[in-house]
Amino acid sequence: MGTATTASHDVGHRPRRPFDVQRVREDFPILKEEIHGKPLVYLDNAATTQKPRQVIEAEQQFYLHDNSNIHRGVHELSERATQAYEDGREKVRRFLNARESREIIFVRGTTEAINLVAQTFGRERVGAGDEIVISAMEHHSNIVPWQILCQEKGARLRVAPINDRGELIWEEFLKLLGARTRLVAVTHVSNVLGTVNPVKAIVEAAHRLDIPVLLDGAQAAPHQPVDVQALDCDFYAFSGHKIYGPTGVGVLYGKANLLEAMPPYQGGGDMISSVTFEKTTYNTLPYKFEAGTPNVAGVVGLGAAIDYVCEIGLEWIAAYEQELLQDAIRKLEKVPGLTMIGAAREKAAVISFVLEGLHPHDVGTVLDQEGVAVRTGHHCAQPLMDRFQVPATTRASFALYNTHQEVDALVAGLHKVREVLG
Amino acid sequence: MSDLRTLYQEVILDHSKRPRNFRLPADSNRQAEGFNPLCGDRITLYLKLDGDRIADLAFQGSGCAISTASASLLTETLRGKTTAEAQELFGKFHDLVTGKAKGTDSLGKLAVFSGVSEFPIRVKCATLAWHTLKSALEGGEKPVSTE
Repeated sequence: MGTATTASHDVGHRPRRPFDVQRVREDFPILKEEIHGKPLVYLDNAATTQKPRQVIEAEQQFYLHDNSNIHRGVHELSERATQAYEDGREKVRRFLNARESREIIFVRGTTEAINLVAQTFGRERVGAGDEIVISAMEHHSNIVPWQILCQEKGARLRVAPINDRGELIWEEFLKLLGARTRLVAVTHVSNVLGTVNPVKAIVEAAHRLDIPVLLDGAQAAPHQPVDVQALDCDFYAFSGHKIYGPTGVGVLYGKANLLEAMPPYQGGGDMISSVTFEKTTYNTLPYKFEAGTPNVAGVVGLGAAIDYVCEIGLEWIAAYEQELLQDAIRKLEKVPGLTMIGAAREKAAVISFVLEGLHPHDVGTVLDQEGVAVRTGHHCAQPLMDRFQVPATTRASFALYNTHQEVDALVAGLHKVREVLG
Repeated sequence: MSDLRTLYQEVILDHSKRPRNFRLPADSNRQAEGFNPLCGDRITLYLKLDGDRIADLAFQGSGCAISTASASLLTETLRGKTTAEAQELFGKFHDLVTGKAKGTDSLGKLAVFSGVSEFPIRVKCATLAWHTLKSALEGGEKPVSTE
């Protein structure tokens, strides 16, 4: 037990050149599906991504050959399962460039990671009159856990405003940082606007006042390289299923000294070192935060997903997705009555838009009949919808397997929308 | 495409673009709010009850074509009906949009919503105004939600 290190998986960050989207598409069996008799055009990647064969097979192989509970048995399978699980942790450590693998906590997803920090770090460090700073572009999962905490403690949630382009207003953000600020919790990339926040500058500004920073990386980790040591953030969270991995597994990175000082999140098996009815001694990191049997197969799948994106190279993925984004923006600008919401100068491949006189839900229904899967609604960001005074938007979000032809299919679908709905 | 045309029939598109009775009445004596968190549809329905007869109805809010047209057609259909008749129509309408009943004889104009049964995810849009009506008739204070 303990920190597993495996040199054999050293495939990280070796780009496969050149980036060949057709070859990538071959890895994703689901992309061959037909929807209402049309080829699937999957543009709902900010909600969840599809899974490559490598991930599906890794999970299957685990269940076929290695399945057992971890950290407990003395038998061979338990040892294999434990090794596979800890290999996954090491892959995540390398992926985020964390200092130590004990700084990697496995959780169900970004939402649970943020709740974990709110309920442990937050509960201990935040008191009456204290403040937590978030931004106006947060997902509900980076709003509600802090609201719950603030309500319980009599603390105050401060919201840094954004401009019409969907960018953080820097001076306003700085004004919110003060002696009462206990934490800054902001998204790395907005799930609605695609805005890439200046997270390094945010961390620097907060650290000048000794304020720790949590970054919600759900929309960032799948699309650009992340280096938690270079960012110097205190917490970083992301979800497996948005990075071509399985659902139900995610990661909380935390600096070791902070995690050490935090009380446990949930009580149960694996998070203890000894238990009597009088007193329990908690296990060391990272196990202190991993009560109960974790999603072992999920971690194996996540490890395979990380291998997959690292083999292609996140720099290549980011560059290709930017190309798709620029192409989509150019073509969508020409669709009559279409307004894009969010025009940040630093923007990931996420486009939210509204069509004049039409409700996104109707747009989504017609697009679906054309095989084009988009998201419609408030995208779990109601305050952001209010900011732009729209009840909902249609959102197209891209991933490494999308193509320029699919951008065209989206645009053709939108012309069909006009034809059907007027 | 044929499915789309049965969903978005001309009558529905017409009522969604030019909703009838879309106003804030001065003399309503019952009202209720409805909310569909799935797509953000939000309506407020106003009733003027005269005994157990619905003398007038109007609504306000914003929503998709299906929910707006449904609210609009509801206000047209129910004027002058008794509350019992309204409840009975809701039952029949619900059966229609969920595909439980094919017959549309007693539904009049509401029959245009038959295509909704092919789009299960849109049932909530079609029934939002009706759930709100039920709440208004039962004097509900809390906004109804389709979730």
